[in-house]
Formats: sequence, structure tokens, C-alpha cells
Amino acid sequence: MIEAVGLTKRYGPKTAVADLSFSVRPGVVTGFLGPNGAGKSTTMRMLLGLDAPTAGHATVNGRRYAEHRAPLHEVGAMLEARAVHTGRSAFNHLLALAATHGIPRRRVEEVIEAVGLREVARRRAGGFSLGMGQRLGIASALLGDPATLILDEPVNGLDPEGILWIRNLLKSLAAEGRTVLVSSHLMSEMALTAEHLIVIGRGRLIADTSVAEFTRRASSGGAVRVRTPDSVRLGELLRTLPGVTVTPDDDVQVLLVEGADSEQVGRLAAEHALVLFELVPRQASLEEAFMEITRDAVEYEAVTAAPALIEEPTV
Amino acid sequence: MSAATAPARTAGPAGPTEGRVTLPRVVHSEWIKFRTLRSSWLTLLAAAVLTVALGTLFCWATVSHWDRLPAGERAHFTPVEHSLRGYLPAQLAVGVLGVLVISGEYSTGMIRASLSAVPRRLPVLWAKAAVFGAVTWVVTTASAVTAFLVGQSVLSAKHVDTTFSAPGVTRAVLGAGLYLTVVGLLAVGLGSLIRSTAGGIATVFGLLLVVPGLAEALPSNWHDAIAPYLPSNAGQALTVVQQGPGDLAPWTGFAVLCGYAAAALAGAAVALKRRDA
Ligand SMILES: Nc1ncnc2c1ncn2[C@@H]1O[C@H](COP(=O)(O)OP(=O)(O)OP(=O)(O)O)[C@@H](O)[C@H]1O
Ligand SMILES: [Mg+2]
Repeated sequence: MIEAVGLTKRYGPKTAVADLSFSVRPGVVTGFLGPNGAGKSTTMRMLLGLDAPTAGHATVNGRRYAEHRAPLHEVGAMLEARAVHTGRSAFNHLLALAATHGIPRRRVEEVIEAVGLREVARRRAGGFSLGMGQRLGIASALLGDPATLILDEPVNGLDPEGILWIRNLLKSLAAEGRTVLVSSHLMSEMALTAEHLIVIGRGRLIADTSVAEFTRRASSGGAVRVRTPDSVRLGELLRTLPGVTVTPDDDVQVLLVEGADSEQVGRLAAEHALVLFELVPRQASLEEAFMEITRDAVEYEAVTAAPALIEEPTV
Repeated sequence: MSAATAPARTAGPAGPTEGRVTLPRVVHSEWIKFRTLRSSWLTLLAAAVLTVALGTLFCWATVSHWDRLPAGERAHFTPVEHSLRGYLPAQLAVGVLGVLVISGEYSTGMIRASLSAVPRRLPVLWAKAAVFGAVTWVVTTASAVTAFLVGQSVLSAKHVDTTFSAPGVTRAVLGAGLYLTVVGLLAVGLGSLIRSTAGGIATVFGLLLVVPGLAEALPSNWHDAIAPYLPSNAGQALTVVQQGPGDLAPWTGFAVLCGYAAAALAGAAVALKRRDA
């Protein structure tokens, strides 16, 4: 469980995070989204007590991070900038961190094994590839077997296999009842990994919502691509509905429909006994919707942005 | 990679202190960090080699010129100081290491991992200083003793050698190790305040080498009032057996040097607590 209350961080005249409040529940992966410079990393550093908030406070598992007597057993973190001395081997890096909590060497070997770094564990971390560095970051986060994980862009720079690995790892960690907060600037990735979303832009909260809800809103009033041999007839029928626009495609069988979702189009076709070959909600709209709401945040910077998407926390 | 599940908890907190951060554990962690970096041992090796090799070289040169030395110089010849000539260059190596043990964490980002593991922060600084101080003291003291013994055996060719039992000799030899250790701790404090390797090293070198030179340029009554209290001059009082007229008494001088190191570490502690990592 992570709770942020009115978190604010100013660096000189620059406000990196502005009055940010949210809570992250255990048992699901929570995606922390925002475009570059939105304040994700700054927020995470404040959660870990590395940066002191200008105002507000944050607690993890009920306490401020610095008040935990065994923080690695409470919170595992992986920060954006690699927090590893380049001259030390992965094994010795983890061993030194483990020593602060009396965590045995056996556990160090276990996490190295779990992230697949066994072969390179004795090599200098400075020579690690991006993916190996990310795996080492994950290993240090898992070291104390914590109930809460805070990971800053763990999929950054990973190959598809690595992304899949992280995705499954995060889901299984959440399924074990842990609190998992993962930042990213890729909506599409979070849609596959996370169940809940916290979206920020310019340091402000834009949306605190479930992925399902976000997806539903993103595609409602939505856009649908239809392929049918009766494209002319279906196009005529659709145009009679209020608020619907239909654009023909280069392919004569294809219609691009806006203002109606796939359910409405399907029913309409069935009522008139028209055959459909394809009926596809426009998937690109998810990433577009994300860009749309964060773009708004920039425009309405001084006012509370897009309040429609902010739900009251359910717990 | 197929290991998609987190390994099960094997080291969970069991008792009240089980799994907690304690100062001895942080010291252990800092010892692991210290011993697993090549730079630690390279700089200490440099300090040891400088101390022993330069001391031996000076003694050997004296022996080979001894018969041609004017009587006045022979009268002022102090065999212990001569065999310890190498410890002053060695202070640069020790100073570099003192800065590196902390600035290396800032330059690589490691400091964030360190402070996440020990969010109370100050134990990290104290443990670093303790581990660095202990290892440096052992290495530099052993080097000074070696330099002394080798130097005296070289000087014995002309029967101008001395022994530990002569007045001030033991204090001077052990003082070289103490001086280097405290200079190193001063560097740890400055490195922690300044955070950057280049800036830290420049400051330490400036304080040890440039500032005494600048003091020479002051009017002589100012110079006489200030120079003995500069960290290098004050601390070096511990390693001389023939006091100069303006020198502080050996242990007084050393106490002044310790004061500088304590002030730097105290400043570092305040900054570490207050600043963002
Ligand atoms: N130490 C600092 N000093 C000054 N400004 C900072 C500092 N850290 C962050 N900022 C500024 O605060 C803002 C938020 O930065 P932050 O790194 O938190 O964004 P982010 O959401 O993590 O972005 P990205 O997706 O690029 O990682 C940026 O404008 C950044 O320039
Ligand atoms: Mg970031």
C-alpha cells in the first residue's frame, strides 16, 4: 500500500510535482503514466525518501519510508538512473545491499538466479547492457522479498522477450498480494500489464482509474472499422444515426465509422441481415487517448485538469 | 527467460532485530563495498609504495653522499624523519581514496541504492568513515613502520640510524600513519560535501598543497599566526622530532588536524541529512 498526500516538489522555479495525491492498492499492478518530464521519477524518489517533498507527504505500508527499520523487506525499488557502482560486480553489489539487513548470501544467489543473471553476476556492472542493468535493478528490488515494489520504467530498453518476462513477473508479484507501482510512458504496455492507472502530466494528477475504465472511455463514442460486402447499404443506414460519420476506405468493402461502437454497428447489421467480414474497434485510440488527455493537461496547466477521469479511490 | 515468479521469502523478518538495519550491518556492507572496488586497493598500494620507496630512496641518497655532507647538515640530520619522507606524497593517494569512497557513489548513482537501504542515512557516512579509517590506518601504519625499518637499515651503513626507543621516534613513525588516516577522513568529509570526484580531489589537494604555499605569501606576522594551524602543517607536527620555532606541539597539532576532519565530517552529516540524494 502506497499513499501520497499533496506531494509537491519544486526545484528552484520549476515545479516538478504539484499537489499529487493517490493511493496504490496491493494485489494489482498499478501503472504510473505520464509523458517525459511529467514527474514520475521525482514522485518515486519522494516515495523512497530520497528527495524531500516541498509539501505533502507519502507513506509506504503505513509509514514514511525513512521510518521503516527494515526498508528492503518493506519496499523494493528500481530507480530510473542505474543505482549501481560501475566498478563492482552484480553479485558484490547485491551482497553489499543485503548486508545492511543481514540478508544471507543464499538469498543473493536466489535473486540472481531468478532474474537470469547467473552467468554475468561476477562481471563489472559497468559493462552491462541495458537489459542486464534492468535485470540487476529488479534483482535488488526483490532482494528483501518486499510487500511493495516501486519500479521506474523497468521495460525501458528491453527486448520483446525481456518485456514479456517483466510483464509476467509483475503480474505474478501482484497476484501474490504485493503492491506494485510501475512507471512507463507507454500506454499500450501498461494496458497489457496493469489493472489500474495513475496518469500524471506536468506534475499533476490527470487520471486515477482502472485500465478497463480507461479503455472503455477511450473507445466510447469510438471508432470502428467494418468490412462488409454490403458496404453501401450499411453506410446509408449508419449515416441515419445521430452523431455518426462514415468514411469510405480505399477498399470498397471497408467503412471507417466514428460515433458508434462495434456493438451498435453489429446490431444494426444484424437487424438488416447484412453480412460482416470484420468489425474492429480502432485499437490505436488507446495510445491516442493517452496523448489526448496528457496534451490537455499541458493546455489547462493552471486549472485542475480533466476531472472527469478522476475517480474517488475505492479503498 | 522463464523465471517469472518471485522467489519465495526466505529471509523475512522473524525477531525484533532480525532483518533490521543496524550499525554493525551497515559497517559490514561498507566493508564489502570497500573491498570489492579495485580503486580502493590501487590507491592504498600507491600510498604504501610511495611511503616505503621514497623513504628508502632518501636514506640511500644520504648514505651515498654522507661523507661529502657539511658538518652543519650532519648535525641536523634526523634519521627518522628522513626515512619517513615518503608519507607526504602518500597523502595524495590517501586523499584521493577518501574522496572516491563517497564521490564514487554519487557519480554512479549507487548512493540512491545505499540510502534506500539505509534511509536514516547517517549510518552510511559513519560506517564509510570507520571502514576507510580502519583500513587506511592499518596500511599506512604498516607502511610507515616498514619505511622506518628499511630506511634505518640503509642508514646503518654509516651508523647514523636510530631506533624506536630514541626520543620521539615511535611517536613520529606511528604519527605518520595517524596523520594519513586523519587526512583521509578529512577527504571523506569533503568528498561527501562536494559529491563530485574531480571537485573533491581538487579541494583536498588545494587544502594540503596550495593553501600552505599561499600562506607563505602572507606578511610574516600573519603567516606565523596562521600557518601552524593549517591542517597539513598542524598534523605534520606529530611526525617531527626536531620542533621548528613556530610549530605546534606534536599532539596539539594533531588535535587541530582532527578538528578539521571532525568539522568536515559534521558538515557532511548535516548535508547528507538535508539534501536530496
Ligand atoms: N534534480 C532536479 N533538479 C531540477 N529539476 C529536476 C530535477 N529532477 C527533475 N527535474 C525536473 O522535474 C521534471 C520532472 O522530471 P522527472 O524526471 O520526474 O520526469 P519523468 O516523468 O520521470 O520523465 P521521463 O519519462 O523522461 O523519465 C522535469 O522537468 C525535470 O527537468
Ligand atoms: Mg523518469
